Amino acid sequence: METLLDVEDLWVRFPSRHGVFDAVRGVSFTLGRERLGIVGESGSGKSMTGRAILRLIRPPGIVEAKQISLDGVDLMQKTEKEMRAVRGQRISMVMQDPKFSLNPVMTIGAQIIEAYRQHNPASKSQAYARALEMLEAVSIRDAERVMRAYPHEMSGGMGQRIMIAMMLIPNPEILIADEPTSALDVSVQRQVLDIMDKLVKERGMGLIFISHDLNLVADFCDRVLIMYAGRIVEICEADKLAQAKHPYTRGLLNSLPRLDAPRDHLEVLKRDPAWSEAPSVSGRV
Amino acid sequence: MNMLEIERLNVWFGHGRDRVDAVKDASFTVARGESFGLVGESGSGKSTILRAISGLAPHWSGRMVVDGVALEKVRPRAFYKTVQMVFQDPYASLHPRHSVDQVLGETLQLHGFGDIDARVVKLLEDVGLGQKFRFRYPHQLSGGQRQRVAIARALAPEPELLLLDEPTSALDVSVQAEILNLLVDLRRERGLTYVMVSHDLSVVGHMCERLAVMKNGEIVEVMGVETLRKMEAKHPYSQSLLAASV
Repeated sequence: METLLDVEDLWVRFPSRHGVFDAVRGVSFTLGRERLGIVGESGSGKSMTGRAILRLIRPPGIVEAKQISLDGVDLMQKTEKEMRAVRGQRISMVMQDPKFSLNPVMTIGAQIIEAYRQHNPASKSQAYARALEMLEAVSIRDAERVMRAYPHEMSGGMGQRIMIAMMLIPNPEILIADEPTSALDVSVQRQVLDIMDKLVKERGMGLIFISHDLNLVADFCDRVLIMYAGRIVEICEADKLAQAKHPYTRGLLNSLPRLDAPRDHLEVLKRDPAWSEAPSVSGRV
Repeated sequence: MNMLEIERLNVWFGHGRDRVDAVKDASFTVARGESFGLVGESGSGKSTILRAISGLAPHWSGRMVVDGVALEKVRPRAFYKTVQMVFQDPYASLHPRHSVDQVLGETLQLHGFGDIDARVVKLLEDVGLGQKFRFRYPHQLSGGQRQRVAIARALAPEPELLLLDEPTSALDVSVQAEILNLLVDLRRERGLTYVMVSHDLSVVGHMCERLAVMKNGEIVEVMGVETLRKMEAKHPYSQSLLAASV
């Protein structure tokens, strides 16, 4: 499989009053034209990994890596100005909550058109037509009305689909989705996932799907990295997640209530300090 | 005897052309000691029912009976000794500048208890936190610990009916398991009655004996948990909800 993104030995550090805190500790993985899931609990460093790839971590945060290369070019060596040509254009990111990532005082149309014209030389009317097309691609009905609307007039599910449309309009090679569906209802969740799935398949994009929901990731992704305390503890094929071996993954799976197996008490995860000390498993292929 | 009876409950917000009917003609009963679930997607009115019971939604019509007493618009003090609520977001429901001791102490004082000191210690132990958490502030607690404090606060007046509004949806699965186990134990020890709102069918399936499925403010189906486990829901909407969540 062709490698789009190669991350080697990534560290994210934050200096604090009590010494340096390591949020991500020596994570390595590659991404091809596939759906790669990253799962973990809050504080496991999964979001930080996603942000570090786009160099979105601001000082005093420190990002170190042997390499983060996109098609063989190391992003770590790029200047801030060069990075701007990468963000959005080549790698884009969908954040968790549409309420905080859309500009509340701009219409949806203006925001999407801005995103498009940022990277493509196009007239306003061309950009408008392109934006309409994109909204329709993410199954928004009545796209012309939505173009004129403000973010507060949209429901959570629509907001998230608009975010996806905006992120996909420059036609990036890699999409990083950070908990794109956790603010949504199950029924809407499906729709949003189906749309992303379709776009990934049709355009041959690489997708990094960050989530805390094991079942969702097992269902939706091809390969899954399980993170604990800033490290990758296990990597498995998504359809074999149920046979995962690491006690942490097993613990997470067992702590979920299940309809088909009623229990009096749920299993509680017992954390072993050794998990956070063991070296990170490499997800490079 | 029934702990809670809801009959043709309507709840609305706004007036005139801005009026939104959040709950329409909802009826259900919950027996004493039972655990009852309300499921549905966001905006279906499930949390609004809890808010109406606890007196947080001002405009409602219909009949609500708690422990044999019909509810008026103004609730007597004794009502809050019987009914307590645990909210969804433990990050928002605790006062950031009050320590755990203040949160629990104030609640106990308002309910007229004398031996506050001993009770605070007892409450913290009941929810599995222990004394060392007594003088901490919310920012010094994790999400699971905060939710335990919120549960302790709800237990402080020794209520009989606990309204749980998505008590674990803001928590990680491993922490969710701990909180759900705590709730199961508390109900058994104290003979509590639960009404639990959740969008997660497997959580409701784990916690409740009966559940109601809501859509657009209406209850479309009430079923036992066995029906849910066997995937034998009758209404097409509950079927699609079931299909989407497994």
